Amino acid sequence: MDFFNQHKKLFGAALSLFVFLTLVVAIAPALKNQNNNAPLPNSEILSEEAMKGKLVYISEGCVGCHTQQVRNVDMDKIWGDRAGIAADYAGINRTDLWRNTATLMGTERTGPDLTNIGKRQSSETWHLLHLFQPRFVVEQSIMPAYTWLFEIKEVLAPGDVEVIVPEKYRKDIKGKIVATPKALQLVAYLKSLKQTQLSEGYSAPGFLYAKKNVGNTSSTTKPLLPDGKLLYANNCQSCHQANGEGLSGAFPPLKGSKIVLDDDLEVYVSIILKGFDARPEYGVMPAVGLNNNLSAEDITAIINYERTSWGNNAKPISVEETRKIMDFINAEAAK
Amino acid sequence: MNDSNILNETGIIITLFLIAIPVIVAAILVTIKANASIRYFLKKEELKRVQSQIMNLNEDDLVTLEKRKSELEFQLTNNELSGNSYVSDSRGLVGNVINSDEPQFIEQKKKSQVRPSIQPALSKLILWYLGCSVFWLLFGTSVGIYLGFKFISPDIDHIEYFSFGRLRPVHTNAVFWGWASIAMIGLAYYVIPKVCNIRSLSIKKGYFTLWLLNIAVLAGSMTLFFGINNGGGEYREYVWPVMLIFGAGVFITLGNFIRAISIRRTKEIYVSNWYIISSLMFLLVIAVIAYLPFWQNGLGETIVQGYYMHQGVGMWFMLFSLGLMYYFLPQQLNKPIYSYSLGILAFWTQILFYTLIGTHHFIFSAIPWWLQTVAIVGSAGMIIPVVAGTTNFLMTFKGAWSKVSKSYTLPFYIIGILFYFTGSLQGTAEAFRFTNLVWHFTDFTIAHSHLTMYGIISFMLWGFIYTLVPRLTGKEPSFILVGAHFWLALIGLLIYTIPLMYGATLKGISWMQGEPFVNGLEIMGPYWLWRAIGGTLMWVSHILFAVNFITMVKKKRDIHIPKNAIEILLARKTLLKELSKK
Repeated sequence: MDFFNQHKKLFGAALSLFVFLTLVVAIAPALKNQNNNAPLPNSEILSEEAMKGKLVYISEGCVGCHTQQVRNVDMDKIWGDRAGIAADYAGINRTDLWRNTATLMGTERTGPDLTNIGKRQSSETWHLLHLFQPRFVVEQSIMPAYTWLFEIKEVLAPGDVEVIVPEKYRKDIKGKIVATPKALQLVAYLKSLKQTQLSEGYSAPGFLYAKKNVGNTSSTTKPLLPDGKLLYANNCQSCHQANGEGLSGAFPPLKGSKIVLDDDLEVYVSIILKGFDARPEYGVMPAVGLNNNLSAEDITAIINYERTSWGNNAKPISVEETRKIMDFINAEAAK
Repeated sequence: MNDSNILNETGIIITLFLIAIPVIVAAILVTIKANASIRYFLKKEELKRVQSQIMNLNEDDLVTLEKRKSELEFQLTNNELSGNSYVSDSRGLVGNVINSDEPQFIEQKKKSQVRPSIQPALSKLILWYLGCSVFWLLFGTSVGIYLGFKFISPDIDHIEYFSFGRLRPVHTNAVFWGWASIAMIGLAYYVIPKVCNIRSLSIKKGYFTLWLLNIAVLAGSMTLFFGINNGGGEYREYVWPVMLIFGAGVFITLGNFIRAISIRRTKEIYVSNWYIISSLMFLLVIAVIAYLPFWQNGLGETIVQGYYMHQGVGMWFMLFSLGLMYYFLPQQLNKPIYSYSLGILAFWTQILFYTLIGTHHFIFSAIPWWLQTVAIVGSAGMIIPVVAGTTNFLMTFKGAWSKVSKSYTLPFYIIGILFYFTGSLQGTAEAFRFTNLVWHFTDFTIAHSHLTMYGIISFMLWGFIYTLVPRLTGKEPSFILVGAHFWLALIGLLIYTIPLMYGATLKGISWMQGEPFVNGLEIMGPYWLWRAIGGTLMWVSHILFAVNFITMVKKKRDIHIPKNAIEILLARKTLLKELSKK
């Protein structure tokens, strides 16, 4: 065919087809998406500190292992309260003259998704320790230790933030480990990562492929509680550790803990729900229960797991007991 | 979703089937080799038995044997027909006498054929391209193997510049833009003038481009070491000034090649040119779209990213390599391509379907649902060009399969073609919504990208380089080392990818069942170790490749012992001359 023998026509045709399809599947949808989406009304703009932290995040290539997207599938439920929507990313613009827009959605989840990390883990103590040496807090972690974001000093200067290192890791380190501004900025960014609550007029797609509840058909009359061990692993373990012993000098043990074993549950439930900052020798505990939307059933399951594990031997409690205390705390808060 | 029914999912079944293909082929090759050794062993045993019988022969037998021996040894005097007069070869017709009684341990592979020579200057340019690409292969995969070790030993170093997040893009970009891209363009500098039947291509522009490409990869790697990157998109980590240098190189190459085609001395534009020119044009299009600074806010960035990264692999590396394949394969087999029309069908369907599939990296994300569906449909459509291309190549082999065992280059072609089929269709299977659920975000993606970028592109490029360089230099590599390169790379790749895919499936199922995230890390431990082992084998094979390349370029000329009359007389003359000088 003559057409195939004329290079201008042939290559022109190939290029036109490619460019046309590109317009349809890339350029038009991208333009439409960026023009028709505005940030959610109640979304928070990154603080200056957090914005600097985001640059550290970009520069260290964190996106290689961490996603920032909650997909509309059931298995992603643990990473957020709802699936991500276009508006979640709408406020992100080009970083600067040199660098492109960083939505940081990612394509690999070698580490956990970070869409909601600020809510899931809001303890600065934990984040700094984890950045300094991830394996201090999560034994199985393969994340790099970002030691160059910290410096070791003999004496603290005013304003220095010291990293609280558990005693068993202390012996190899002389002096005090101080977070550099970059580390603090990065933690500020991580803490700022929270899913925005949808206001009226917005909706997120539902989670697909829901797990079929294989009902436990045992004939017990008690209502079934969720898996306490799993909830503990997802909500508590990164600080209090799998063996319940915590990390001495940073996070308190639950094994043999008075609060855990005591018959009076009010303090216990309140700590899980609203956090704790009464003991100077340990880091501040964030409001895990409120942040992670734990239900009375979830909290009961966690409590019962903690009261009966690692040699702890206290009486399991019922959902009603927890609910009563939660109602009371909520009522107090409402006042 | 429990794991009992996971084996019933179409995507999973397709993938299992696809993984089985290279494994089976490797198994067949190994069986053939093993079979030969076993037969050899059995024969040796038989020999021992016969020898003991020989020792036990009695006198009578010996007499009979002696008699038979003298009968067998009867010989004609060889001059019954010619008589006793002197024989002379007055026209010099008898030559190339081969003594076949020397021992041979290694199967003799076919030597590279002498081709019509090309301009020495062009030949030198091509060797420079290939040499640079070999360097970037070594650099990029050294970084890669180190990254592999970091999965099993995360505290191997605490150096800022070598941390995982910074090194990962150094590895991917160096093998992309350094190794594969520079090698492809270098090979095209041979193919384009050949299929256009012309002599002139601007050598100067060639060198200028090579400088640009090298500077871009060097600068890109340095900026990444220092934590300066474009903001996260895969293969888009180089900042725009770096990519601009690279793009300029591609643009000059495109101009150089199109000019060659416009003055070609053939009527038809050979299909290789279709693929090569298109890939150069398309790379420029996607790079411009991806790097234009004044758009891509919010999700727009992600939509463009999906498009960019996938067109990068499919429209640049794949299209370009296929173009080279359409030249080198018929050349090597010394027969025309099976079907020219299939090549054309594959070309247009590749453009039609491949362009659509970028978004399949973001299934279930906030990207519009219709776009995800288009990507999945496009991924399924890719079956057409892949099957057409594979059929075309394999049918070209028809009747020429016997050449494979005699060639040290063709095995690379076969594995490349095989993984073209397997790897590409695996991509289709991965795009289905269910398989995405199990495999997305896991190490499966990494296995897939190595099956394709390594199994397809690198194997093809090695085949082409081993074909071309001996033609340019007249020097051949050691067949044993080429064989070692081939086997280490292939076995290494299988050890790298198969455990990784298996582990990733377990991890995906663990996630789906809502187990704690750390369980996934525990599951992957042993498979990450296997990956490091396979990766090491692959890396060693690249060292051998570099050695082979140096041999092909730099090998000293053999010391030549004068053998025939002309040479002997010439040698005598020069020796006498030297003597008289003293």
